[in-house]
Amino acid sequence: MKPVIEVKALSKKYRLGLKESRSETIAASLWQTLKAPIDNFKRIRKLSAFEEDSESIFWALHEISFSVQQGEVLGIIGHNGAGKSTLLKILSQITYPSSGEVVMRGRVASLLEVGTGFHPELTGRENVYMNGTILGMTRKEIDRKFDEIVDFSGVEKHLDTPVKFYSSGMKVRLGFAVAAHLEPEILIVDEVLAVGDIGFQRKCLGKMGEVASGGRTVLFVSHQMAAVQALCSRGLLLANGKVLCNGDVNTVVHSYLQAFNPESVTELSTTTEREGNSKARIVDFCLLDDNHQPLASTYSGGDLILKFSIYKMDNTILSGVDIGFSIHNTDDDSLCTILYGSYTGKLFTLKNDRTELCCRINNLPLPEGKYKVRAQLMQNGEVVDYPTQGVGYLEVMTGDFFGTGVRADKLTRSKPEFLMSGTWTTYES
Amino acid sequence: MATAFGNEKMGTVITKTELQEKIIRQPKGWIGVDWKELARYKDLLWFLTIRSIKAKYAQSILGVGWAVIQPLFSTLVYTVVFGNLARIDSNGVPYFLFSLVGLVAWTFFSNTLSDSASSLITNANLITKVYFPRLVLPLSSVFSKGVDFLISFILLVVFLVIYKLKPAPELILLPWLILILLLTSLGTGLFLSALAVQFRDIKYALTFGIQLLMYAAPVVYPTTNVPVAYQTLYALNPMVGVIEGFRAIFLGTMPFPYHWVLMGTTVAVLIFGIGIFFFKRMERTFADVA
Repeated sequence: MKPVIEVKALSKKYRLGLKESRSETIAASLWQTLKAPIDNFKRIRKLSAFEEDSESIFWALHEISFSVQQGEVLGIIGHNGAGKSTLLKILSQITYPSSGEVVMRGRVASLLEVGTGFHPELTGRENVYMNGTILGMTRKEIDRKFDEIVDFSGVEKHLDTPVKFYSSGMKVRLGFAVAAHLEPEILIVDEVLAVGDIGFQRKCLGKMGEVASGGRTVLFVSHQMAAVQALCSRGLLLANGKVLCNGDVNTVVHSYLQAFNPESVTELSTTTEREGNSKARIVDFCLLDDNHQPLASTYSGGDLILKFSIYKMDNTILSGVDIGFSIHNTDDDSLCTILYGSYTGKLFTLKNDRTELCCRINNLPLPEGKYKVRAQLMQNGEVVDYPTQGVGYLEVMTGDFFGTGVRADKLTRSKPEFLMSGTWTTYES
Repeated sequence: MATAFGNEKMGTVITKTELQEKIIRQPKGWIGVDWKELARYKDLLWFLTIRSIKAKYAQSILGVGWAVIQPLFSTLVYTVVFGNLARIDSNGVPYFLFSLVGLVAWTFFSNTLSDSASSLITNANLITKVYFPRLVLPLSSVFSKGVDFLISFILLVVFLVIYKLKPAPELILLPWLILILLLTSLGTGLFLSALAVQFRDIKYALTFGIQLLMYAAPVVYPTTNVPVAYQTLYALNPMVGVIEGFRAIFLGTMPFPYHWVLMGTTVAVLIFGIGIFFFKRMERTFADVA
């Protein structure tokens, strides 16, 4: 069977803004002002014209190729500026590639923004039609699905109110409701789930899952790794306009998190930025789930195992070894929490060249965010090994910490430092 | 748009044979207009038109009444200034009617031109987010301004009844005149809109450019005031044939000016052709520079 989407050596170049020349004297600046229209003309014209091999050319995408089979849900990930948005824009025909081509088999609908074409002066009802037709639906199709759309959005009461009086959440809900009822063979979605309240987010994810299970192809761009892992079967990692990794979603997400951390696991064994007597070294750090499968990220309230690989540098047996790790905020490196083996009454003896030491954490009390993990090996109060750049990162997604579906870190205005559980009762003496 | 799903329920598996293939690559050279695709987007055209009309008159007391006030008050001012003070010849009909007819046609022309020329910039948020035939945007300008034209046309009919004037039999040629008007304004609008995406100067130049252009057309004065030797050259402006045609039909100022109208038709078709080809040529860069 032919793939639904075939991308062949696709490239897209943009021109970077050229630096403006500055004048230093009054006469020079007067001259600049006079000839400004000519300069402006040249500059603006260059926005769409290219001279080959110019320094100011920026390749947003460079010779990327991949294909997607029918019914696959492909998660496209990568950091900002990796080329995700450009790729989506080409796939949804908003802009054209500079070279290469894409073959698409089926009707495409793309959702790069929620509520495209909404006009503040029009009512919710009118905007449903406006937005729907912009996304490629016909009036008949919208007529038929109108009740469903309104039902999904939950704004029935305000349907005849101009959208300018809507809250931003209502606008988003209405916009997504329209988009969710498109029925294309290929659906392209960009980071739209980052909006709306939790209940609605869950509804959206559910809807997208439904779409995918209906045999349709979905391309999904997101920074929420948990959403990507939950929805997608395959992943595509972009970096600097190139495909870095393409395959099973867990593998791709894992390499995204690695690529994201320049000084992470792979370099840990070789880095010289470390303190201690180096009788043993921490050479690897990773996260595991209960089945000892590698985890790319975890979530609030999740169970996980932190695994440290220790390499013994000399032949003697090391006993009374204490290991500890600390978790820090990535923004300011402030300490969140710290846990040594000795705190729990556990010391290790290193007999073999390589030993794996694990720490299991239940119901992780950290809110959503990215954390830095530092680790240190001690023996008799002496530092054995301490990689000064840390050993890796811990990516925490929003999760069900309380087991009730309520997500505390999404409900408060400022982000809590940590989560705690408690038991609420009425006080009876 | 035919959907490939016979059954609209979620969970239907698509049959592969129904999927149409589409290739996206860098377009080369001149591209024609995909009329079939444009026809599929007729509903979008409709709602964009509705949107601009509703949005324009939202929260205004007079609403669509402004479409009447605009030409009416301009006509009154011109009647006082050009008719009474400057005593410009009006081919033997009341100056008020003379300039009203000219203005009804001219207002439609200038509104369509300026609205379509800025249609791409004002909808830049759509262009950069969704695919649809870009031609829909300037086309919807024509339709929404067409509504204003209809309203001001009714105003004209009211005054013709008051003055007890009967139209000439050439009334059946009115659609022809309107077609010339549309081809000219849309053609110029397409050209300028494609240019305006990149050069914002167009936006500023347009406002006063249109004001000046009015004096290059027989709106406040009759073509017969132009020296005879230059009249043919003057009639290269398609609006000359249109406005004088309107006056010949409704006011009987002269026999229907077939020669001017034919010249105008030729020029209008040319302008429209250039406009649409330039638009299609520039279309590929819209999303990148808008």
